[in-house]
Amino acid sequence: MSRLTLKTEGDTHIIVTRRFAAPPEAVYRAHTDPKLIQKWMLGPEGWTMPVCINEAKAGGKFRYEWTNAKGQGFHITGEFLELTPYSRIVHVERMHLPDPTPENHVETKFEPDGTGTLMTMRMTLPDAATRAAMLKTGMEHGMEASYVRLEGII
Amino acid sequence: MHESFNLDAAFTAMADPTRRAILARLAKGEATVTQLTKPFEMTQPAISQHLKVLEDAGLIAQRVDGTKRPRRLAKAGIDAMDQWLGMLRKALEKNYDRLDEVLANMEQHKKGAKR
Repeated sequence: MSRLTLKTEGDTHIIVTRRFAAPPEAVYRAHTDPKLIQKWMLGPEGWTMPVCINEAKAGGKFRYEWTNAKGQGFHITGEFLELTPYSRIVHVERMHLPDPTPENHVETKFEPDGTGTLMTMRMTLPDAATRAAMLKTGMEHGMEASYVRLEGII
Repeated sequence: MHESFNLDAAFTAMADPTRRAILARLAKGEATVTQLTKPFEMTQPAISQHLKVLEDAGLIAQRVDGTKRPRRLAKAGIDAMDQWLGMLRKALEKNYDRLDEVLANMEQHKKGAKR
């Protein structure tokens, strides 16, 4: 039940769902309270989020900065468009590597699911090409083997 | 050779199935336009156009070998794509596993406070 699902919709959407064994209020708080965000939104092992600025209100900005032991780092900036406690968050974000990536519009919904929560995250990318690239090269397992292979030869 | 890496261009470049196939082919080793033309059943200009898109995106590079210009994967481009896209996928899975723990702790604190 806790497995992540990831599917496409139309030309530009990516839908991610995940169930949590906690009520929507808790899951919503974990998505909006900087102290809680810093505990889990860390990506792969080895990364920390030393900077987590988050104005969780409509029109508020956020900035998350990650770093690892090698001193590498990147950050995301974004703006909240709508917040409905404890059921819905709409925001836009882009990653800086340091050049900004195409903008990702994200709607995150938290619905009661038994005693837990069903989270549905709907990402909207600017165009079909961006989404296709994001999915087909990064989020499907097929390319993982390719990248493992690439590491060996580059 | 392209030193700068343009993520938007890289995304666009990798959105095309032929170009992804070319990258997969180059992952096995460098190849000339002629070598790349055969398996794809495309004309040489068509392949060259795809190679130009990949090169402009910083994903591949070429060297001069007499009259030939073999293409190979560019390390910077592949690394950057790999770093971000790999992170994106793994981040979701890892993040939510960690969030499970955060939520469990929140519940425990709540129960503790009630007692």
